[in-house]
Amino acid sequence: MGFLEWATSPWGQSVPIHIAWFLIWVAVIAGLLFLIVHATWLRYFAKPKEFADDASSKVSAQLPKRVPRHSLVARLFHWIMAASMLTLLFTAFLPKVGIQFPWVTYHWIAGAVLTVAIVFHIVHASFWLDFWSIWPDKTDLEDARRRVLRFVGMSAPPPRKFAKYPLENKLFHGVIILCGLSVIVTGVFMMFRVRTVFFPRNPYLFSDMTWGLMYVLHGLAGVGLIALIMMHVYFGLRPEKLAITKSMIFGWMDRDFYLQEHDPKRWMVETSSSSSSLPSTSNRVEGRGLTDAG
Amino acid sequence: MAVIRDVMAAFELYQPSSVADAQKLLEQHGPDAWVLAGGLDSLDWLKDRIRKPKAVVDLSGIAELRGVRTTNDGNDGIEIGAMTTLTEVVNHPVIKQKYGLLAESAELVASPQIRNQGTIGGNVSQDTRCWYYRGGWPCYRAGGNICYADTPEGRNREHAILHADRCVAVNPSDSAPALIALDAKFVVRTPKGERVVDAEDYFIGPDIDITRLHILQPGDLLTAIRIPSTWARAQFYFEKVRDRNVWDFPLMNVASAMVTSGDRIERIRIAVNGAAARPLRLKAVEDAVRGQPRNTATGEMAGRLAVQGAVPLQFNAYKIPLMRNLVKRAVSGVEEATWAS
Repeated sequence: MGFLEWATSPWGQSVPIHIAWFLIWVAVIAGLLFLIVHATWLRYFAKPKEFADDASSKVSAQLPKRVPRHSLVARLFHWIMAASMLTLLFTAFLPKVGIQFPWVTYHWIAGAVLTVAIVFHIVHASFWLDFWSIWPDKTDLEDARRRVLRFVGMSAPPPRKFAKYPLENKLFHGVIILCGLSVIVTGVFMMFRVRTVFFPRNPYLFSDMTWGLMYVLHGLAGVGLIALIMMHVYFGLRPEKLAITKSMIFGWMDRDFYLQEHDPKRWMVETSSSSSSLPSTSNRVEGRGLTDAG
Repeated sequence: MAVIRDVMAAFELYQPSSVADAQKLLEQHGPDAWVLAGGLDSLDWLKDRIRKPKAVVDLSGIAELRGVRTTNDGNDGIEIGAMTTLTEVVNHPVIKQKYGLLAESAELVASPQIRNQGTIGGNVSQDTRCWYYRGGWPCYRAGGNICYADTPEGRNREHAILHADRCVAVNPSDSAPALIALDAKFVVRTPKGERVVDAEDYFIGPDIDITRLHILQPGDLLTAIRIPSTWARAQFYFEKVRDRNVWDFPLMNVASAMVTSGDRIERIRIAVNGAAARPLRLKAVEDAVRGQPRNTATGEMAGRLAVQGAVPLQFNAYKIPLMRNLVKRAVSGVEEATWAS
C-alpha cells in the first residue's frame, strides 16, 4: 500500500498521478486523535496557566471594556477564507469517499475565491496591518523554552503573557501558509487542465512527471488541511478560547480576557478617546507596534 | 498500458446459476470482481490485459436473467432480463409490435453475430470506446489526471460535444436512447436490496463519476429492464449514424417516441447518444415541441434547441449539425433510410 498512485505514461515513464485516497482517512483520524489527546490532557493533567508579572494592573484602568482585536476587513477576510476553504475540502474529498455530485466547478470557483482572498490578505497584512504580529519573535521562542522546561519539571521562570497572538497561533498560521500556498499555486496550474473562464486549456503546460508531482503536492496539502481545519475548529470551540473566537465575529475581546492572557507591552491596544481614560498625549496603552493584525 | 494481446491474465471464473449466488459472489469480491455478460466488451479489456480482475462472474448460466415477460404491475408492460440477447430482443413479437423503437435500435447494433452473443444488459452497461482509455493510457477515466483526447493534437472525432467535464468520452450504446425514449426502468440488485431507476438516471457523466458510465457500484447487478406500456405503439423514430453501415459504433444516434393528436405533438420523449458521456434525454426539446404541429419548422426549432451549449473539440465540430439534423428529423418525422435485416 503506497502513499502515491503511479501510472505508466504513453512514453513508458512511470509517473505519480495523485496521492492514495486512504490518506484522507489518515488525516481525519490524525485530527481526531489530536483532539482527543489534547482534550484529555487539558481536562485531567494540565496545570493552570502561569505567567510572569507584567504591566496589566497598571494599564487596566486605561483600557476600554471591549478591547479591539480584528478590524471588519480582517474579519471579512477570515470568514470568506473559511467558507471557501470548507467548500474546497468538501468538494474535493466527499466524492472520494462515495458522496457523488458535480464537484469540479464548485471546487475551482471556491479556489478562485480563496486565491483572491489570500492575495488581498497578503497586501492588506503587509501594508495596513502589523505584519510581524503573526510571526514568532525572540520572546515567543524564549517563552516556549521556558514552558517546555517547566512542563518536564525543570526549573525555569514563568513565561510572559502573549503578544496579540500566542506562539501556537503563529505556528498554526505558518503551517496554514505552507499548505494554503501549496494548494493555491498547484491549484491555479491545475485549472489549465479543466475548462474555466480564466485560461484556455493547456494540458501540455508541463511534463507528465511535473503534472504528477503537482497533483501529489495538491493532494498532500489538501489532506493536511483536513487535519489542520479540524484542529482550528476544535480550538475555536474550546471554552477557554471562546473569547478569541468571538473576537473574530465581533472584532473585540473582553478587557478581563485581554489582561489575563496578553501583555500590553507586547500587544499595544489603540483606544478611542471616548472610551478610555488615557492621558491626553496618547491614546495608546504602552507597548510597541501598531494594533490590529490579520 | 496494453503490452500483451490475446492472452488473458489469470482469474478465478465463477459461473453462478442464480441471481442470489451471483450477487453473493459480487459482494464477496467487491472491486476485484468483473461481471461477464455477453463478453463482447469484457474480452477486449481482459485480452488487452488492461483490466485484470481477480474474479470473473459469468452470468450466462442464470436462467432468470434471460427472456422477455409481461409485467403484472398493472401497467401492462414488459420486463426484459438483462442477459436477453439483442437478437432475442429484435425478434420478440411483443417488442416488435408494441416497442418497435427498441427492436430497431437493437437491430442496428454491430453485426448479427455480435447481436447473437451480446445482451441488452451488456449493451447499456458497456464502457466507452475512447481509444486512449481503451489503450490503457492513464487518463482521467482510468484514474489518472489528464484527458488525452481533449488536447490540441488529440484524435477526438468521435468524442463529446456536450457535458464534457475533463473527460470527453461518449457512451456507445444504441439501445440506451431507445430505452430512455420508452421511459424504461432499470432494475438493479444492490447489497442493500433492489433498486429501480429511470433509464436516464442509470447513466452518469464524468461530472458525477469520471470512472464509470453508469450507476453500478462494485457488488451491484443489473437484472432486468422494465418498459411500461405508456409508449406502446407510439410513433417511433430511430436513426443511427456511423462510419460504415454494419459492425460499427454510433457516431451519434437519436430515438424518439411520440403521440400526436391531429397534426399536433401531444406527448414526446426524445434522447440522443454519442453526444456526451451519457445518453441525453432532451427535456428542453420535449417541452418546446409539445403542442406544436409536427412539421419541418418545429423540427428545425427542436434541432437548434438541442445543440445549445454544444462545445466542439478539434475534430468533431461536424457533430453539432449532425445532432441538429437528427433531432430535426426525429421530431418532424421525415422518413430516412433504415437498416432492416
